[in-house]
Amino acid sequence: MDFELSEDQRLLKDSISRLLSDNYSFAARRGYMQEANGWSRKLWDQYAELGLLGLPIEEKYGGFGGGPVDVMLVMEEFGKVLALEPFLASIVLGTTAVKLAGSEAQKSMILPAVAAGQIKLAFAHGEQQARHDITDVLTTAKKEGNAWLLNGAKSVVLHGDCADKLIVSARTAGERHDAGGLSLFLVDGTAAGLVRRGYALRDGSRAAELAFTNVRGEPLGAIDGGLPVIERVIEAGIAAMAAEVIGCMETTSAMTLDYLKTRQQFGKAIGQNQVMQHKAADMLMSMEQGRSMCMLAAMMVDEEDREERTHNISLAKVGVGQAGRAVTQAAVQMHGGIGMTEEYAVGHYFRRVMTFEHLWGDCAWHLAALAAKIS
Amino acid sequence: MDLRYSPEDQAFRLEVRTFIDENLPEDIRNRSRHGYGHRKEDIVSWQRILNKKGWAAYSWPTEYGGPGWSPTQRMIFQEEIMMGNAPEVSGFNITMIGPVLMQFATQAQKDYFLPRAANLDDWWCQGFSEPGAGSDLASLKTAAVRDGDDYVVNGQKIWTSTAQHADWCFVLVRTDPHAKKKQEGISFILVDMRTPGITVRPIISIDGAHHLNEVFFDNVRVPVANRIYEENRGWDVAKFLLGNERTGIARLGKSKERLAYAKELAREVQQHGKPLIEDPAFRRRAAQIEVDLKALELTQLRVVSAKKKEAGKPDPFSSILKVKGTELLQETSELVMDIGGPLAMPGWAKELAAMSNEPPYGPDWAPAMAGPYLMMRAASIYGGTNEIQKNILTKAVLGL
Repeated sequence: MDFELSEDQRLLKDSISRLLSDNYSFAARRGYMQEANGWSRKLWDQYAELGLLGLPIEEKYGGFGGGPVDVMLVMEEFGKVLALEPFLASIVLGTTAVKLAGSEAQKSMILPAVAAGQIKLAFAHGEQQARHDITDVLTTAKKEGNAWLLNGAKSVVLHGDCADKLIVSARTAGERHDAGGLSLFLVDGTAAGLVRRGYALRDGSRAAELAFTNVRGEPLGAIDGGLPVIERVIEAGIAAMAAEVIGCMETTSAMTLDYLKTRQQFGKAIGQNQVMQHKAADMLMSMEQGRSMCMLAAMMVDEEDREERTHNISLAKVGVGQAGRAVTQAAVQMHGGIGMTEEYAVGHYFRRVMTFEHLWGDCAWHLAALAAKIS
Repeated sequence: MDLRYSPEDQAFRLEVRTFIDENLPEDIRNRSRHGYGHRKEDIVSWQRILNKKGWAAYSWPTEYGGPGWSPTQRMIFQEEIMMGNAPEVSGFNITMIGPVLMQFATQAQKDYFLPRAANLDDWWCQGFSEPGAGSDLASLKTAAVRDGDDYVVNGQKIWTSTAQHADWCFVLVRTDPHAKKKQEGISFILVDMRTPGITVRPIISIDGAHHLNEVFFDNVRVPVANRIYEENRGWDVAKFLLGNERTGIARLGKSKERLAYAKELAREVQQHGKPLIEDPAFRRRAAQIEVDLKALELTQLRVVSAKKKEAGKPDPFSSILKVKGTELLQETSELVMDIGGPLAMPGWAKELAAMSNEPPYGPDWAPAMAGPYLMMRAASIYGGTNEIQKNILTKAVLGL
């Protein structure tokens, strides 16, 4: 057991932290949201220069060869400043799918280009009717001659508006809720028949609705064998975004603490009131419990035993989700009116954490999954 | 970073588990499982079994007869003891007075008291709280006045757990009523419970049982030689004592064991013609406890492994373990009781059976379900109330 970071990990954390603190003031962030696709192209290039975009990619494909703990460290830093760039979508979700399902040729073509910042990926799986059920896929792929043609729609695809290549799940066999018969396809962002409608989520990050009409796709991995990959991509996403939530909690906690020390009412700092102090202590406890669960998720991403992995990821999703909700709701409350305003950062962190909760199974969903296994 | 236990730690856990399986008498195990708690003779005989193995003083270094285990091993040991339904090793003896003696006592005191504490030849209790000094411990008033080679002690202690069994008590007394700060006039003394002038009066707690006592001191003569450390510096000793082994206070193993027991009972108890364990509401509650247990377990591992690096200083993060650990103890005891439903309510079943020679009312486990729930309300009160723990976090970590 060892909770220490290696020297390399400390350096990684420091360098990303420095880059972000120099470039990601809340005001600067507002500017990035106005850029094309709603994030900073300049910073994306700097991430590439730092090697961040190849972080979880093997060295032989031009990456850094990092693991889930490295991803956790970076995501935590992104969370602290509410970074808008498509790291989670492309570097975590996208590359996980390619790494797990791609052929050697696909990996050699895609991964080096991703690491170099030349192309971005997105993972298009969720559909409007599916809510949290990952087997509920209506999009179909049929083979016509040599080509696979996709028809259907994907919903709330993170950074689906700017991705150069989409990894799309589609039903190649079976009925709506069948676990079998799902396959993954690589689809060009500019493919004929693909309509993308981009928008900002409540937290300001970007997503898209995608519609497919006879869109050509290239199989990624075994036909009908997509579900295990989809599961692991989502698990990697949960672990990474959990770390982002830890970063969000850290910043909101620090802001709240600062506010408690400076905001005067009745002739004294509001933090001198024990009721506020105990709320702050509750926030701290929730954050640390959440951090423990985030570490658990990171350790589980590469676990080969599916039962062990999914069980612990569910524990972590609930733990981080509940902690994140408790901390950020308390932060808004303790700021009073200013916490309710769009111009103040706390509400933005609150909304990022809210987004995490509603992606890839909310607390109720994962609790139900855990409850089903009680024996 | 690697959150897994090392193969050595896993082998150690197995060794402890196997030893408990093979050596814990079945009747002791069952009484604990069913919530009846441990009798004095159970606790003594088990601690002596452990001591023979060299494990009773589990947190002590080898030079004092302990096994010299790492913080992780100590944590594993405690967890296995609790999960195996073995009596927990006396905290008063091993994690409270033991380290105090090692740090502050004379060689003669160490030589005499430490082996006896390990073997539970002396049962220790703690004389800290008073009617007017609970969370505000330094307000204590019990007075010790020098008279030749003795202190003459007068006053009252309260909430003294297991004083009715105790041979010795470590007591905080006021030796300088005029000290500028109330913390500065306190001394730490060792009192033989057989000394004339000591009266122990039971306090029956809301579970109907006798864990707690009032202890009255009426002109009790205690040799000055029984003082630990300097006169009027007893607060330093108390702080040292309270800063030791705070991670144990989460009693994670106990909550794990209670959850396992709850599931076991829920397989047995029927509702709507089906085992209760199939009830979605029960399952969801158990799942939430599992989430909270996992978070606490990992946070505890973080605190324990940080401790390795910076020994000798209480980690304010252990306050998180106290709060979250006791919340879980309360939730799990509540879950167990709720399984019993109305059967958990009669408290007189055993007495009735004993009087009438009739078999006990309901299943074996029923009469003892509510007791631990009721007693567990104390968990967020003792050892520094959970509100005091939040004060500690507020000051030590948040700087408010």
